[in-house]
Amino acid sequence: MTDALLEVRDLQVEFTTEDGIVAAVNGVSFSVQRGETLAIVGESGSGKSVSALAIMGLIEKPGRIAGGEITFEGRSLSSISERDYRKLRGGDLAMIFQDPLSSLNPAFRVGDQIAEALLTHTYEKKDAARRQAAALLDLVGIPQAGDRARDYPHQFSGGMRQRAMIAMAIANKPKLLIADEPTTALDVTIQAQVLEVLRKAQRETDAAMLLITHDLGVVAGMADRVVVMYAGRIVEEGTLDELFYEARHPYTLGLLNSLPRLDSDRRQPLRTIPGTPPSVLNLPPGCALAPRCLYVQDRCREERPELTAVGPETHRSACFRAAELPALAGAAMDVPS
Amino acid sequence: MLKYVLRRALYSIPVLILASMLIFVLVREFGTDPARARCGVSRDKQCIPRVEKELGLDQALPVQYVDYMTEFVQGHWGDSQRTGQSVDDSIRRALWDTTQLAFWAVLLSGGIAVAIGVYSASKPYSPGDYAFTGLAFAGLALPTFWLGLIMIQYFTYELQRWTGSADVIFRSIPFAEGPQNATQYFQELALPVFVLSVQLIAGWSRYQRSSMLEELNSDYIRTARAKGLPRRRVIWKHGLRNSLSALVTVMAIDVGALFGGLIITERVFSRPGMGTLLLSALQNGDTNILLPWMLVTGMFIIVFNLIADVMYGVLDPRVRVA
Amino acid sequence: MTSQHPGSRPGDRLTRQERMRESAAGGLAAAGSSGLLDTSIESDDALAIGEPVRSQWRLVLRRFLRHKLAVISMVILLLLGTMAVFASVISPYEFNPTLDAATLKEARQPPSWEHLAGTDKLGRDQFTRVLYALQKSLVVGLGVAFISVVIGVIVGSLAGYYGGWVDQAMMRFTDLVLVLPALAVLLILASNPDPTFFGLFDLPPATEVNGMIVVISILAWMPMARIVRGEYLSLREKEYVEAAVAAGAPARRIILRHLLPNTIGAIVVFGTLAVGLAIITEATLSFLGAGIQLPDVSLGNLISDAESTVGTDLAYLILFPGLMLFLVVLCVNFVGDGLRDALDPRAVK
Repeated sequence: MTDALLEVRDLQVEFTTEDGIVAAVNGVSFSVQRGETLAIVGESGSGKSVSALAIMGLIEKPGRIAGGEITFEGRSLSSISERDYRKLRGGDLAMIFQDPLSSLNPAFRVGDQIAEALLTHTYEKKDAARRQAAALLDLVGIPQAGDRARDYPHQFSGGMRQRAMIAMAIANKPKLLIADEPTTALDVTIQAQVLEVLRKAQRETDAAMLLITHDLGVVAGMADRVVVMYAGRIVEEGTLDELFYEARHPYTLGLLNSLPRLDSDRRQPLRTIPGTPPSVLNLPPGCALAPRCLYVQDRCREERPELTAVGPETHRSACFRAAELPALAGAAMDVPS
Repeated sequence: MLKYVLRRALYSIPVLILASMLIFVLVREFGTDPARARCGVSRDKQCIPRVEKELGLDQALPVQYVDYMTEFVQGHWGDSQRTGQSVDDSIRRALWDTTQLAFWAVLLSGGIAVAIGVYSASKPYSPGDYAFTGLAFAGLALPTFWLGLIMIQYFTYELQRWTGSADVIFRSIPFAEGPQNATQYFQELALPVFVLSVQLIAGWSRYQRSSMLEELNSDYIRTARAKGLPRRRVIWKHGLRNSLSALVTVMAIDVGALFGGLIITERVFSRPGMGTLLLSALQNGDTNILLPWMLVTGMFIIVFNLIADVMYGVLDPRVRVA
Repeated sequence: MTSQHPGSRPGDRLTRQERMRESAAGGLAAAGSSGLLDTSIESDDALAIGEPVRSQWRLVLRRFLRHKLAVISMVILLLLGTMAVFASVISPYEFNPTLDAATLKEARQPPSWEHLAGTDKLGRDQFTRVLYALQKSLVVGLGVAFISVVIGVIVGSLAGYYGGWVDQAMMRFTDLVLVLPALAVLLILASNPDPTFFGLFDLPPATEVNGMIVVISILAWMPMARIVRGEYLSLREKEYVEAAVAAGAPARRIILRHLLPNTIGAIVVFGTLAVGLAIITEATLSFLGAGIQLPDVSLGNLISDAESTVGTDLAYLILFPGLMLFLVVLCVNFVGDGLRDALDPRAVK
């Protein structure tokens, strides 16, 4: 695994709040290979966005990286200078954020903002950068890109804005593209289009992608491998097929079950995971999911399960009852609610 | 963009008219009765009704208003009851004097306030920030007239004593014949400009700080950093640009208010200007000056409000479609 | 982590502009754009309805006590207030003694243990005079705050609840008044030796404390009304208010049970800051000669009386009244700031 593009080992990110120190990310490890798409799935508060910001080096007070190693192309990111980090950001390491309206500066033209990304890393002349910015907008499917480049963000529609953000992110041919909930703020009909643009952008640049989302539908269409996070930790990881067809963690099962399906009985209510995500301040000892888990046992409340392989080496789950789950879950799913 | 400006300008006209009505009611109805002022302690029972008829004050207020405004818009502002000079002359001269003081103070304060505000916002809750915050609080609580007198005490008199120079370095009153050269100009204006600037900087720097903090918490700042821009560029190019629209608007409005608001500074430093004009008019019962004074000041404020709106549109493209 | 971008909704832009204008022109005496006057409370549920009220206030108190500066200022204010109230007990001197040989003998003394702030050229003890002047300042400050809050809350409540033309009329009117330079307006009002309420009855002139309170309150209620109205407008969109309206609750009940309690924070902060502004305004007007006149003492006229001593050895006469004024207003502002934080710690400071 030494030629992994990105390797995160035992990452810990802490935030100091009025009420104490919160471990938003608590011992998370994963890796991304060149060209592959890894999806991080979880609810809000699970720590997925914070992990992404940590990789980019954008964790600011009151947060800090309290432990772990992040390695990019063999280089340890924890020990490089801010100057070198800046060379990576927007260059080899690029990020797309959730809300494109607030993520673009309202006072500057869209084309200029993309040109700024180019000028920071690969271009020197303003005119050339502007022309390239227009070309990029064209690449992401903005009609009349040359004219639209002179518009302001508020003159773009939501989908177009996100395309512009994608254009900005791939401008310098990144090796790793981090997309933090890229479609969450968009209409469902636009979501598919933007995902298509994202796929195209990835193809054009041969970039690896770290896709962060809570939407399993998005995962299904884009990811090669998936990592599921809960309360700051990874609870399951595996390939796309492994996770969707052979999930071995109650949380993952819960997420899958809550997806509305075309063939489900419409009279039945959508299944949800009972309870609410825990406050990361007061994590219970033992498994973080214990208060809400359908299959909880006493052991779960006392001991914390570690990630262990379940089947092929790529598939791991942090649950004591991982092996029994298919049987348990199968029985539960047949029972009409 | 032009449409936006025109729309705002058009909106100002009814505001001007309504403001003039309000001013008229204020001065005629709630201000000192000119007839009573003229008659003073006269025992003549007929004095007040007589003067009222003479001045047209016995008519209904709306009639008075129309009469007055017809004369006003033609430029017939009457003469000062005390000095006999034409009112528009007095006001014009006073405006020029006040403008100079305001101009230098705003120039000085604007730059300093922005710098302090940006610094404080980029390093919030740092010792430097706390220091500036403390100074701002002090500046806002300091009574201007007291600060003026203290400055005069220490920088006019004590300083002269301390340096043993023949003449004061910073003047507390203007030169009798007016400043003859740049040095004298500076000597006259230094203290009043300083006193005025303290107030302006205190208020504006706080405003800029909070406006900037809000902007720095925005998502586009995160995007700018994710693009690899250095922190300084992010603050000064992206953050400042968006917070300026708020500050500039407030500054324009405050500047407009300065034309009627330098009363204390002019009084303490014995400078001629709109403030001094108002005070003497009130003290001497020179009611002919009051109405034009208020109308002119109100006009300036409304015009500067308009300027504020326009600048906001220039700086924040989103507003232009509103 | 994702902040709501200012101006992301069209309605926001105008409110932000309005808000700027209010904090710019809402000062009583050119305090202007301080942001100190921005008493709007940002977060949605600073004092969420539904929690037991008693524990909420305890929480507020606890948060307030964490601001050392505000607490110290509160203590200082209480101390000064007590001194002012008991001035006749504390000081052996009169603030306006008969000018006989005994008094005149004490003239022109710099501060000493007998005369803590020295004496003026007529032998009057400054410390005493300042204490009595402080009495007036505090009465004016509290009086103005009280009246402007009461009127402002009533008018603002009506405008904010009913909306429509009532609201528009109130906003247009206060907009217009805020266009005028405040100090000038106050001077014009205060210079009137026999003011009347629209010709119906006489009002005390500004040379008396009551008259001063009236004059300043005429302008002071407007920012409060706008603040209350603003809060109501945003509160009205909350679900629990919509529910109450849909259930047919009468206006009075909605206002008193839902809208007003959630606005208390902004009201308290404004009221506190209004005290400081009123005190400075009164001092300014008295300094300029349009307010309290000698031999009645005010912090303002004590300073103007001492103006001629600048540059002489009697200059200490200017120091003490001004220092007192500065200290009081500074403390009031700190307390107001602490209150604003205690009532809503999530607002951008």
